[in-house]
Amino acid sequence: MVKELKAEVKKLNFYYGSVQALKEINLPIERRKVSALIGPSGCGKTTFLRCFNRMHDLYPHNRYEGEITLYPDNINIISPEIDPIEIRMQISMVFQKPNPFPKSIYENVAYGLRVRGIRKRAVLDEKVEKSLRGAALWDEVKDRLNHLAFDLSGGQQQRLCIARALATDPRILLFDEPTSALDPTATSKIEELIIQLKDEVTIIIVTHNMQQAARVSDYTAFMYLGEIVEYDKTDRIFTAPSNRLTEEYITGRFG
Amino acid sequence: MEDIKKRIRTIKFWNSVFWITGLLSTLVGLALLFTLLTDLFMDGFPRLSYKFFTSFPSRFPDEAGILSAWVGSFLVLFVTASSAIPLGVAAGIYLEEYAGKNWLTDIIEINIANLAGVPSIVYGLLALGLFVYFFKFGESILTGGLALALLILPMVIMATREAIRAIPNSIREASYALGATKWQTVQSHIIPYSTGGILTGIIIGLSRAIGETAPIITVGALTFIAFLPSSPFSSEFPFVSFKWLFDPFTVMPIQMFNWVSRPQHEFQLNAAAAGLVLMAMTLLMNGLAIYIRYRFRRKIKW
Repeated sequence: MVKELKAEVKKLNFYYGSVQALKEINLPIERRKVSALIGPSGCGKTTFLRCFNRMHDLYPHNRYEGEITLYPDNINIISPEIDPIEIRMQISMVFQKPNPFPKSIYENVAYGLRVRGIRKRAVLDEKVEKSLRGAALWDEVKDRLNHLAFDLSGGQQQRLCIARALATDPRILLFDEPTSALDPTATSKIEELIIQLKDEVTIIIVTHNMQQAARVSDYTAFMYLGEIVEYDKTDRIFTAPSNRLTEEYITGRFG
Repeated sequence: MEDIKKRIRTIKFWNSVFWITGLLSTLVGLALLFTLLTDLFMDGFPRLSYKFFTSFPSRFPDEAGILSAWVGSFLVLFVTASSAIPLGVAAGIYLEEYAGKNWLTDIIEINIANLAGVPSIVYGLLALGLFVYFFKFGESILTGGLALALLILPMVIMATREAIRAIPNSIREASYALGATKWQTVQSHIIPYSTGGILTGIIIGLSRAIGETAPIITVGALTFIAFLPSSPFSSEFPFVSFKWLFDPFTVMPIQMFNWVSRPQHEFQLNAAAAGLVLMAMTLLMNGLAIYIRYRFRRKIKW
Protein backbone atom coordinates (compact mmCIF):
# COMPACT_ATOMS: atom_id res chain seq x y z
CA MET A 1 0.00 0.00 0.00
CA VAL A 2 1.24 3.42 -0.87
CA LYS A 3 1.77 5.64 2.09
CA GLU A 4 -0.49 8.64 2.14
CA LEU A 5 0.34 11.71 4.15
CA LYS A 6 -2.23 13.75 6.02
CA ALA A 7 0.23 16.33 7.19
CA GLU A 8 3.91 17.05 7.07
CA VAL A 9 5.97 19.04 9.54
CA LYS A 10 8.91 20.83 7.99
CA LYS A 11 11.62 22.65 9.92
CA LEU A 12 9.28 23.64 12.71
CA ASN A 13 10.68 25.92 15.39
CA PHE A 14 8.57 27.19 18.26
CA TYR A 15 9.35 29.87 20.82
CA TYR A 16 7.74 30.81 24.12
CA GLY A 17 8.93 34.42 24.16
CA SER A 18 12.70 34.08 23.80
CA VAL A 19 12.81 30.44 24.88
CA GLN A 20 12.99 27.99 22.02
CA ALA A 21 10.82 24.99 22.88
CA LEU A 22 10.90 23.09 19.57
CA LYS A 23 13.93 22.81 17.32
CA GLU A 24 13.94 22.01 13.62
CA ILE A 25 11.21 19.41 13.74
CA ASN A 26 10.54 17.33 10.63
CA LEU A 27 7.85 14.70 10.78
CA PRO A 28 5.40 13.03 8.39
CA ILE A 29 1.87 12.30 9.67
CA GLU A 30 0.37 9.28 7.93
CA ARG A 31 -3.29 9.41 6.96
CA ARG A 32 -5.61 7.25 9.07
CA LYS A 33 -2.84 6.00 11.29
CA VAL A 34 -2.02 6.67 14.90
CA SER A 35 1.20 8.60 15.42
CA ALA A 36 2.48 8.71 18.97
CA LEU A 37 4.79 11.30 20.48
CA ILE A 38 6.80 10.00 23.43
CA GLY A 39 9.58 11.42 25.52
CA PRO A 40 10.46 12.53 29.04
CA SER A 41 8.58 15.37 30.78
CA GLY A 42 9.39 18.77 29.38
CA CYS A 43 10.69 17.44 26.06
CA GLY A 44 8.15 19.50 24.12
CA LYS A 45 5.69 16.81 23.03
CA THR A 46 2.60 18.67 24.27
CA THR A 47 3.97 21.95 22.90
CA PHE A 48 4.40 20.24 19.55
CA LEU A 49 0.88 18.77 19.62
CA ARG A 50 -0.64 22.16 20.40
CA CYS A 51 0.94 23.61 17.25
CA PHE A 52 -1.39 21.46 15.14
CA ASN A 53 -4.52 23.32 16.27
CA ARG A 54 -2.82 26.65 16.93
CA MET A 55 -3.58 26.57 20.67
CA HIS A 56 -0.47 28.66 21.25
CA ASP A 57 -2.21 31.58 19.54
CA LEU A 58 -4.38 31.97 22.65
CA TYR A 59 -1.45 33.28 24.65
CA PRO A 60 0.85 36.21 23.94
CA HIS A 61 4.53 36.09 22.96
CA ASN A 62 4.37 32.68 21.26
CA ARG A 63 5.96 32.32 17.86
CA TYR A 64 6.07 29.63 15.17
CA GLU A 65 8.60 29.20 12.38
CA GLY A 66 8.55 26.68 9.56
CA GLU A 67 5.67 24.74 8.15
CA ILE A 68 3.03 22.18 8.99
CA THR A 69 1.39 21.34 5.70
CA LEU A 70 -2.09 19.87 5.78
CA TYR A 71 -2.94 17.60 2.84
CA PRO A 72 -4.68 17.40 0.43
CA ASP A 73 -5.23 21.18 0.34
CA ASN A 74 -1.59 22.09 0.95
CA ILE A 75 -2.29 24.77 3.50
CA ASN A 76 0.30 25.71 6.07
CA ILE A 77 -1.39 25.28 9.46
CA ILE A 78 0.94 27.64 11.29
CA SER A 79 1.02 30.41 8.71
CA PRO A 80 0.05 33.75 10.28
CA GLU A 81 -2.19 34.40 7.28
CA ILE A 82 -4.39 31.46 8.20
CA ASP A 83 -7.01 32.12 10.86
CA PRO A 84 -6.50 29.73 13.80
CA ILE A 85 -10.28 29.26 13.94
CA GLU A 86 -10.22 27.85 10.41
CA ILE A 87 -7.63 25.31 11.60
CA ARG A 88 -9.49 24.39 14.79
CA MET A 89 -12.63 23.78 12.76
CA GLN A 90 -10.75 20.95 11.02
CA ILE A 91 -8.48 19.62 13.74
CA SER A 92 -10.01 18.59 17.08
CA MET A 93 -8.32 18.01 20.39
CA VAL A 94 -8.87 15.85 23.47
CA PHE A 95 -7.15 17.18 26.57
CA GLN A 96 -5.19 15.64 29.40
CA LYS A 97 -7.90 16.01 32.02
CA PRO A 98 -11.52 15.45 31.00
CA ASN A 99 -12.91 18.97 30.57
CA PRO A 100 -16.62 18.72 29.74
CA PHE A 101 -18.65 21.92 29.88
CA PRO A 102 -21.03 22.23 32.83
CA LYS A 103 -23.90 21.61 30.44
CA SER A 104 -25.93 18.57 29.52
CA ILE A 105 -24.35 15.56 27.82
CA TYR A 106 -26.24 16.49 24.65
CA GLU A 107 -25.13 20.12 24.67
CA ASN A 108 -21.51 19.10 25.22
CA VAL A 109 -21.47 17.06 22.04
CA ALA A 110 -23.54 19.57 20.09
CA TYR A 111 -21.42 22.59 21.02
CA GLY A 112 -18.95 22.31 18.14
CA LEU A 113 -21.88 22.13 15.72
CA ARG A 114 -23.62 25.10 17.31
CA VAL A 115 -20.39 27.08 16.91
CA ARG A 116 -20.64 26.31 13.20
CA GLY A 117 -24.16 27.71 13.11
CA ILE A 118 -26.01 24.39 12.90
CA ARG A 119 -29.39 24.87 14.56
CA LYS A 120 -31.66 22.21 13.07
CA ARG A 121 -32.70 19.82 15.81
CA ALA A 122 -32.81 16.80 13.50
CA VAL A 123 -29.26 17.38 12.27
CA LEU A 124 -27.97 17.95 15.81
CA ASP A 125 -29.78 14.84 17.13
CA GLU A 126 -28.30 12.67 14.41
CA LYS A 127 -24.77 14.02 14.84
CA VAL A 128 -24.90 13.74 18.63
CA GLU A 129 -25.98 10.11 18.43
CA LYS A 130 -23.39 9.27 15.79
CA SER A 131 -20.59 10.91 17.77
CA LEU A 132 -21.60 9.27 21.04
CA ARG A 133 -21.70 5.90 19.28
CA GLY A 134 -18.31 6.69 17.77
CA ALA A 135 -16.96 7.34 21.27
CA ALA A 136 -18.53 4.10 22.59
CA LEU A 137 -20.66 6.04 25.04
CA TRP A 138 -24.11 5.95 23.45
CA ASP A 139 -25.44 2.87 25.25
CA GLU A 140 -24.43 4.26 28.62
CA VAL A 141 -25.98 7.69 28.20
CA LYS A 142 -28.80 7.41 25.63
CA ASP A 143 -31.48 7.59 28.34
CA ARG A 144 -30.02 10.60 30.09
CA LEU A 145 -28.78 12.96 27.41
CA ASN A 146 -30.16 15.89 29.40
CA HIS A 147 -28.20 15.05 32.53
CA LEU A 148 -25.22 17.19 33.46
CA ALA A 149 -21.93 15.93 32.04
CA PHE A 150 -20.44 16.14 35.55
CA ASP A 151 -22.69 13.25 36.61
CA LEU A 152 -20.57 10.90 34.48
CA SER A 153 -17.49 9.06 35.76
CA GLY A 154 -14.03 10.31 34.79
CA GLY A 155 -13.63 7.74 32.02
CA GLN A 156 -17.10 8.49 30.66
CA GLN A 157 -16.33 12.21 30.77
CA GLN A 158 -13.21 11.64 28.69
CA ARG A 159 -15.19 9.59 26.15
CA LEU A 160 -17.72 12.44 26.11
CA CYS A 161 -14.86 14.80 25.27
CA ILE A 162 -13.88 12.44 22.45
CA ALA A 163 -17.48 12.48 21.19
CA ARG A 164 -17.44 16.27 21.36
CA ALA A 165 -14.24 16.33 19.31
CA LEU A 166 -15.65 13.82 16.78
CA ALA A 167 -18.95 15.63 16.24
CA THR A 168 -17.36 18.16 13.93
CA ASP A 169 -15.88 15.50 11.59
CA PRO A 170 -12.27 16.50 12.18
CA ARG A 171 -9.54 15.63 9.69
CA ILE A 172 -7.02 15.13 12.46
CA LEU A 173 -7.76 14.23 16.07
CA LEU A 174 -5.18 15.27 18.66
CA PHE A 175 -4.89 13.48 22.00
CA ASP A 176 -2.85 15.08 24.77
CA GLU A 177 -2.14 12.31 27.32
CA PRO A 178 -5.84 11.43 27.31
CA THR A 179 -5.64 8.72 29.97
CA SER A 180 -3.25 10.23 32.48
CA ALA A 181 -6.14 11.13 34.83
CA LEU A 182 -7.97 7.81 34.44
CA ASP A 183 -7.94 4.39 36.09
CA PRO A 184 -6.71 1.26 34.19
CA THR A 185 -10.20 0.10 33.11
CA ALA A 186 -11.14 3.49 31.72
CA THR A 187 -7.71 3.71 30.12
CA SER A 188 -8.09 0.45 28.23
CA LYS A 189 -11.51 1.54 26.95
CA ILE A 190 -10.04 4.76 25.58
CA GLU A 191 -7.18 2.83 24.00
CA GLU A 192 -9.58 0.46 22.24
CA LEU A 193 -11.50 3.46 21.05
CA ILE A 194 -8.40 5.11 19.60
CA ILE A 195 -7.59 1.95 17.64
CA GLN A 196 -11.15 1.87 16.27
CA LEU A 197 -11.17 5.55 15.39
CA LYS A 198 -8.16 5.40 13.11
CA ASP A 199 -10.33 3.84 10.41
CA GLU A 200 -11.98 7.21 10.04
CA VAL A 201 -9.58 9.84 11.21
CA THR A 202 -5.86 10.57 11.45
CA ILE A 203 -4.71 10.54 15.06
CA ILE A 204 -1.74 12.08 16.85
CA ILE A 205 -1.34 11.11 20.49
CA VAL A 206 1.02 12.41 23.13
CA THR A 207 1.67 9.94 25.89
CA HIS A 208 4.13 9.51 28.71
CA ASN A 209 3.16 5.88 28.92
CA MET A 210 5.37 3.85 26.59
CA GLN A 211 3.19 0.73 26.77
CA GLN A 212 0.30 2.84 25.63
CA ALA A 213 2.25 4.11 22.63
CA ALA A 214 3.24 0.54 21.82
CA ARG A 215 -0.37 -0.66 22.10
CA VAL A 216 -2.19 1.98 20.10
CA SER A 217 0.16 3.59 17.63
CA ASP A 218 1.42 2.71 14.17
CA TYR A 219 4.26 5.23 14.19
CA THR A 220 6.19 6.66 17.10
CA ALA A 221 8.38 9.72 17.41
CA PHE A 222 10.73 9.94 20.36
CA MET A 223 11.36 13.53 21.45
CA TYR A 224 14.07 14.87 23.69
CA LEU A 225 14.89 18.52 24.57
CA GLY A 226 12.59 19.91 21.89
CA GLU A 227 13.94 17.75 19.10
CA ILE A 228 12.81 14.58 17.43
CA VAL A 229 15.48 12.02 18.14
CA GLU A 230 13.96 9.14 16.24
CA TYR A 231 10.85 8.44 14.20
CA ASP A 232 9.85 5.05 12.87
CA LYS A 233 7.19 2.37 12.81
CA THR A 234 6.17 1.71 16.38
CA ASP A 235 7.29 -1.93 16.45
CA ARG A 236 10.72 -0.92 15.21
CA ILE A 237 11.08 1.84 17.79
CA PHE A 238 10.23 -0.57 20.59
CA THR A 239 12.16 -3.58 19.33
CA ALA A 240 15.14 -2.24 17.43
CA PRO A 241 15.65 1.48 17.96
CA SER A 242 18.53 2.85 15.99
CA ASN A 243 19.40 5.64 18.39
CA ARG A 244 21.11 4.96 21.71
CA LEU A 245 19.03 7.67 23.48
CA THR A 246 15.77 6.10 22.30
CA GLU A 247 16.90 2.71 23.51
CA GLU A 248 17.83 4.09 26.92
CA TYR A 249 14.46 5.80 27.22
CA ILE A 250 12.31 2.85 26.20
CA THR A 251 14.24 0.50 28.43
CA GLY A 252 13.60 2.85 31.32
CA ARG A 253 17.18 3.92 31.91
CA PHE A 254 16.22 7.61 31.95
CA GLY A 255 13.16 9.80 31.68
CA MET B 1 9.83 12.87 80.24
CA GLU B 2 8.63 15.19 83.04
CA ASP B 3 10.00 18.01 80.94
CA ILE B 4 7.87 17.16 77.92
CA LYS B 5 4.72 16.80 80.06
CA LYS B 6 5.35 20.19 81.61
CA ARG B 7 5.85 21.73 78.21
CA ILE B 8 2.62 20.20 76.88
CA ARG B 9 0.74 21.59 79.92
CA THR B 10 2.05 25.10 79.20
CA ILE B 11 1.15 24.87 75.54
CA LYS B 12 -2.31 23.58 76.39
CA PHE B 13 -2.80 26.40 78.89
CA TRP B 14 -2.12 29.02 76.18
CA ASN B 15 -4.34 27.11 73.86
CA SER B 16 -7.30 27.47 76.23
CA VAL B 17 -6.44 31.13 76.88
CA PHE B 18 -6.80 31.88 73.22
CA TRP B 19 -9.92 29.76 72.94
CA ILE B 20 -11.60 31.82 75.66
CA THR B 21 -10.41 35.17 74.27
CA GLY B 22 -11.72 34.24 70.85
CA LEU B 23 -15.06 33.15 72.20
CA LEU B 24 -15.47 36.33 74.26
CA SER B 25 -14.60 38.55 71.28
CA THR B 26 -17.19 36.78 69.17
CA LEU B 27 -19.81 37.10 71.89
CA VAL B 28 -19.19 40.85 72.31
CA GLY B 29 -19.93 41.39 68.62
CA LEU B 30 -23.00 39.17 68.67
CA ALA B 31 -24.37 40.63 71.90
CA LEU B 32 -24.04 44.20 70.62
CA LEU B 33 -25.78 43.34 67.38
CA PHE B 34 -28.50 41.48 69.25
CA THR B 35 -29.09 44.42 71.65
CA LEU B 36 -29.27 46.83 68.75
CA LEU B 37 -31.74 44.67 66.86
CA THR B 38 -33.93 44.06 69.93
CA ASP B 39 -33.98 47.76 70.74
CA LEU B 40 -34.90 48.63 67.16
CA PHE B 41 -37.53 45.91 67.13
CA MET B 42 -39.12 46.94 70.46
CA ASP B 43 -39.33 50.57 69.38
CA GLY B 44 -40.28 50.09 65.78
CA PHE B 45 -42.40 46.97 65.54
CA PRO B 46 -45.61 48.39 67.10
CA ARG B 47 -45.54 51.18 64.46
CA LEU B 48 -45.49 48.78 61.52
CA SER B 49 -48.88 48.62 59.87
CA TYR B 50 -50.36 48.73 56.41
CA LYS B 51 -50.98 52.46 56.92
CA PHE B 52 -47.29 53.04 57.72
CA PHE B 53 -46.35 51.80 54.22
CA THR B 54 -49.08 53.73 52.42
CA SER B 55 -48.86 57.15 54.11
CA PHE B 56 -46.75 60.13 53.22
CA PRO B 57 -44.63 61.77 55.90
CA SER B 58 -46.60 64.18 58.06
CA ARG B 59 -46.04 66.56 60.92
CA PHE B 60 -48.24 64.31 63.05
CA PRO B 61 -46.11 61.30 64.03
CA ASP B 62 -49.06 58.89 64.13
CA GLU B 63 -50.09 59.69 60.59
CA ALA B 64 -46.60 59.73 59.11
CA GLY B 65 -45.52 56.87 56.85
CA ILE B 66 -42.79 55.80 54.49
CA LEU B 67 -44.65 55.69 51.17
CA SER B 68 -42.52 58.28 49.37
CA ALA B 69 -39.37 56.84 50.96
CA TRP B 70 -39.74 53.21 49.90
CA VAL B 71 -41.01 54.16 46.44
CA GLY B 72 -38.02 56.51 46.13
CA SER B 73 -35.58 53.84 47.32
CA PHE B 74 -37.07 51.34 44.90
CA LEU B 75 -36.87 53.67 41.88
CA VAL B 76 -33.36 54.87 42.73
CA LEU B 77 -32.20 51.28 43.09
CA PHE B 78 -33.80 50.47 39.75
CA VAL B 79 -31.78 53.22 38.06
CA THR B 80 -28.65 52.07 39.91
CA ALA B 81 -29.09 48.45 38.88
CA SER B 82 -29.88 49.18 35.24
CA SER B 83 -26.81 51.36 34.82
CA ALA B 84 -24.23 49.66 37.07
CA ILE B 85 -24.94 46.06 36.02
CA PRO B 86 -24.38 46.33 32.25
CA LEU B 87 -21.41 48.68 32.65
CA GLY B 88 -19.77 46.71 35.46
CA VAL B 89 -20.29 43.27 33.92
CA ALA B 90 -19.09 44.41 30.50
CA ALA B 91 -16.01 46.05 32.03
CA GLY B 92 -15.26 42.94 34.09
CA ILE B 93 -15.56 40.66 31.07
CA TYR B 94 -13.40 42.97 28.99
CA LEU B 95 -10.66 43.13 31.61
CA GLU B 96 -10.59 39.36 32.16
CA GLU B 97 -11.12 37.97 28.67
CA TYR B 98 -10.15 40.62 26.16
CA ALA B 99 -7.57 43.01 27.63
CA GLY B 100 -3.95 41.93 27.40
CA LYS B 101 -1.95 41.59 30.57
CA ASN B 102 0.33 44.64 30.60
CA TRP B 103 1.19 47.64 32.78
CA LEU B 104 -1.91 49.53 31.64
CA THR B 105 -4.32 46.81 32.75
CA ASP B 106 -2.32 46.50 35.99
CA ILE B 107 -2.88 50.21 36.68
CA ILE B 108 -6.58 49.90 35.84
CA GLU B 109 -6.86 46.92 38.17
CA ILE B 110 -5.23 48.74 41.10
CA ASN B 111 -7.41 51.79 40.50
CA ILE B 112 -10.64 49.82 40.47
CA ALA B 113 -9.68 48.20 43.76
CA ASN B 114 -8.95 51.66 45.17
CA LEU B 115 -12.23 53.08 43.88
CA ALA B 116 -14.11 50.46 45.87
CA GLY B 117 -12.62 52.00 49.01
CA VAL B 118 -13.39 55.66 48.26
CA PRO B 119 -15.76 57.20 50.87
CA SER B 120 -19.29 57.37 49.53
CA ILE B 121 -19.60 61.13 50.06
CA VAL B 122 -16.86 61.64 47.50
CA TYR B 123 -19.03 59.86 44.95
CA GLY B 124 -21.84 62.21 46.03
CA LEU B 125 -19.66 65.22 45.22
CA LEU B 126 -18.69 63.74 41.88
CA ALA B 127 -22.34 63.10 41.06
CA LEU B 128 -23.27 66.63 42.14
CA GLY B 129 -20.72 68.15 39.81
CA LEU B 130 -21.26 65.76 36.92
CA PHE B 131 -24.94 64.88 36.86
CA VAL B 132 -26.56 67.90 38.57
CA TYR B 133 -24.46 70.79 37.24
CA PHE B 134 -22.85 69.46 34.06
CA PHE B 135 -25.54 67.21 32.57
CA LYS B 136 -28.33 69.21 34.25
CA PHE B 137 -30.24 66.12 35.39
CA GLY B 138 -31.36 68.13 38.43
CA GLU B 139 -31.79 66.83 41.94
CA SER B 140 -33.67 63.88 40.58
CA ILE B 141 -34.11 60.14 40.85
CA LEU B 142 -31.83 59.79 37.81
CA THR B 143 -29.03 61.69 39.55
CA GLY B 144 -29.46 59.73 42.79
CA GLY B 145 -29.51 56.41 41.00
CA LEU B 146 -26.44 57.24 38.93
CA ALA B 147 -24.56 58.44 42.02
CA LEU B 148 -25.17 55.08 43.69
CA ALA B 149 -24.28 53.32 40.43
CA LEU B 150 -20.85 55.01 40.51
CA LEU B 151 -20.50 53.84 44.10
CA ILE B 152 -21.17 50.17 43.39
CA LEU B 153 -19.59 50.01 39.92
CA PRO B 154 -16.16 48.96 41.27
CA MET B 155 -17.84 46.27 43.38
CA VAL B 156 -19.71 44.91 40.35
CA ILE B 157 -16.54 44.93 38.23
CA MET B 158 -14.55 43.12 40.90
CA ALA B 159 -17.28 40.55 41.53
CA THR B 160 -17.48 39.88 37.79
CA ARG B 161 -13.72 39.44 37.52
CA GLU B 162 -13.57 37.12 40.53
CA ALA B 163 -16.40 35.01 39.13
CA ILE B 164 -14.75 34.78 35.72
CA ARG B 165 -11.38 33.94 37.22
CA ALA B 166 -12.93 30.95 38.97
CA ILE B 167 -13.62 29.34 35.57
CA PRO B 168 -10.73 26.95 34.86
CA ASN B 169 -8.68 27.67 31.76
CA SER B 170 -9.31 24.12 30.52
CA ILE B 171 -12.93 25.13 29.81
CA ARG B 172 -11.81 28.07 27.66
CA GLU B 173 -9.34 25.84 25.80
CA ALA B 174 -12.06 23.24 25.21
CA SER B 175 -14.24 25.90 23.66
CA TYR B 176 -11.52 27.44 21.50
CA ALA B 177 -10.33 24.00 20.40
CA LEU B 178 -13.79 23.39 18.92
CA GLY B 179 -13.33 26.46 16.72
CA ALA B 180 -15.28 28.94 18.84
CA THR B 181 -14.45 32.63 18.57
CA LYS B 182 -13.80 34.76 21.63
CA TRP B 183 -17.35 36.11 21.67
CA GLN B 184 -18.85 32.62 21.25
CA THR B 185 -16.75 31.44 24.18
CA VAL B 186 -17.77 34.41 26.33
CA GLN B 187 -21.42 34.09 25.38
CA SER B 188 -21.90 30.36 25.85
CA HIS B 189 -19.39 29.63 28.61
CA ILE B 190 -17.87 32.59 30.43
CA ILE B 191 -21.12 34.44 31.10
CA PRO B 192 -23.32 31.45 32.01
CA TYR B 193 -20.73 29.86 34.33
CA SER B 194 -19.98 33.10 36.15
CA THR B 195 -23.60 34.27 36.51
CA GLY B 196 -23.91 32.96 40.07
CA GLY B 197 -20.85 34.86 41.30
CA ILE B 198 -21.76 37.99 39.35
CA LEU B 199 -25.33 38.06 40.69
CA THR B 200 -24.09 37.57 44.23
CA GLY B 201 -21.74 40.54 43.84
CA ILE B 202 -24.47 42.68 42.28
CA ILE B 203 -26.97 41.98 45.05
CA ILE B 204 -24.44 42.67 47.79
CA GLY B 205 -23.55 45.93 46.00
CA LEU B 206 -27.22 46.89 45.74
CA SER B 207 -27.86 46.05 49.38
CA ARG B 208 -25.07 48.44 50.24
CA ALA B 209 -26.51 51.09 47.92
CA ILE B 210 -29.97 50.90 49.50
CA GLY B 211 -28.58 51.96 52.87
CA GLU B 212 -26.37 54.78 51.56
CA THR B 213 -27.30 58.27 52.72
CA ALA B 214 -24.32 60.54 52.18
CA PRO B 215 -24.17 60.60 48.36
CA ILE B 216 -27.94 60.93 48.11
CA ILE B 217 -28.01 63.94 50.45
CA THR B 218 -25.08 65.47 48.56
CA VAL B 219 -26.92 65.37 45.25
CA GLY B 220 -29.85 67.07 46.95
CA ALA B 221 -32.58 64.58 47.72
CA LEU B 222 -35.38 66.20 49.69
CA THR B 223 -35.97 65.17 53.26
CA PHE B 224 -39.72 65.81 53.29
CA ILE B 225 -41.74 64.68 50.31
CA ALA B 226 -45.49 64.35 50.35
CA PHE B 227 -46.04 63.20 46.79
CA LEU B 228 -45.01 60.34 44.54
CA PRO B 229 -42.91 60.64 41.37
CA SER B 230 -44.92 60.50 38.17
CA SER B 231 -46.00 57.02 37.19
CA PRO B 232 -43.72 54.99 34.93
CA PHE B 233 -46.82 53.66 33.14
CA SER B 234 -49.15 55.77 31.05
CA SER B 235 -52.50 55.09 29.44
CA GLU B 236 -51.35 56.31 26.03
CA PHE B 237 -48.84 54.82 23.63
CA PRO B 238 -46.02 53.85 24.30
CA PHE B 239 -47.47 53.08 27.76
CA VAL B 240 -44.21 53.76 29.57
CA SER B 241 -43.05 57.16 30.68
CA PHE B 242 -39.63 58.23 31.87
CA LYS B 243 -40.73 61.52 33.41
CA TRP B 244 -40.24 60.00 36.89
CA LEU B 245 -36.51 59.93 36.28
CA PHE B 246 -36.41 63.71 36.66
CA ASP B 247 -38.69 63.99 39.68
CA PRO B 248 -37.46 64.92 43.15
CA PHE B 249 -37.35 62.07 45.64
CA THR B 250 -36.39 60.83 49.04
CA VAL B 251 -35.09 57.43 50.18
CA MET B 252 -35.47 55.28 53.28
CA PRO B 253 -32.28 56.27 55.14
CA ILE B 254 -32.98 59.98 54.55
CA GLN B 255 -36.50 59.59 55.88
CA MET B 256 -35.03 57.91 58.96
CA PHE B 257 -32.47 60.68 59.39
CA ASN B 258 -35.24 63.27 59.14
CA TRP B 259 -37.30 61.59 61.84
CA VAL B 260 -34.37 60.97 64.17
CA SER B 261 -33.49 64.66 64.10
CA ARG B 262 -36.94 65.72 65.37
CA PRO B 263 -37.48 66.46 69.06
CA GLN B 264 -40.71 64.48 69.58
CA HIS B 265 -40.22 60.93 70.89
CA GLU B 266 -42.95 59.52 68.59
CA PHE B 267 -40.87 60.39 65.56
CA GLN B 268 -38.01 58.34 67.00
CA LEU B 269 -40.34 55.35 66.98
CA ASN B 270 -41.15 56.03 63.34
CA ALA B 271 -37.43 56.09 62.60
CA ALA B 272 -37.00 52.74 64.34
CA ALA B 273 -39.84 51.27 62.30
CA ALA B 274 -38.33 52.58 59.05
CA GLY B 275 -34.98 51.16 60.20
CA LEU B 276 -36.59 47.76 60.66
CA VAL B 277 -38.02 47.88 57.14
CA LEU B 278 -34.64 48.89 55.73
CA MET B 279 -32.91 46.06 57.63
CA ALA B 280 -35.50 43.59 56.39
CA MET B 281 -34.87 44.75 52.80
CA THR B 282 -31.11 44.34 53.20
CA LEU B 283 -31.44 40.94 54.87
CA LEU B 284 -33.80 39.80 52.14
CA MET B 285 -31.35 40.85 49.44
CA ASN B 286 -28.41 39.17 51.17
CA GLY B 287 -30.50 36.04 51.66
CA LEU B 288 -31.28 36.06 47.97
CA ALA B 289 -27.56 36.39 47.20
CA ILE B 290 -26.75 33.36 49.35
CA TYR B 291 -29.54 31.35 47.74
CA ILE B 292 -28.39 32.22 44.22
CA ARG B 293 -24.82 31.31 45.06
CA TYR B 294 -25.98 27.99 46.47
CA ARG B 295 -28.14 27.24 43.41
CA PHE B 296 -25.38 27.94 40.92
CA ARG B 297 -22.63 26.24 42.94
CA ARG B 298 -24.67 23.07 43.10
CA LYS B 299 -24.72 22.81 39.32
CA ILE B 300 -21.07 23.65 38.71
CA LYS B 301 -18.16 21.87 40.31
CA TRP B 302 -14.72 22.32 38.82
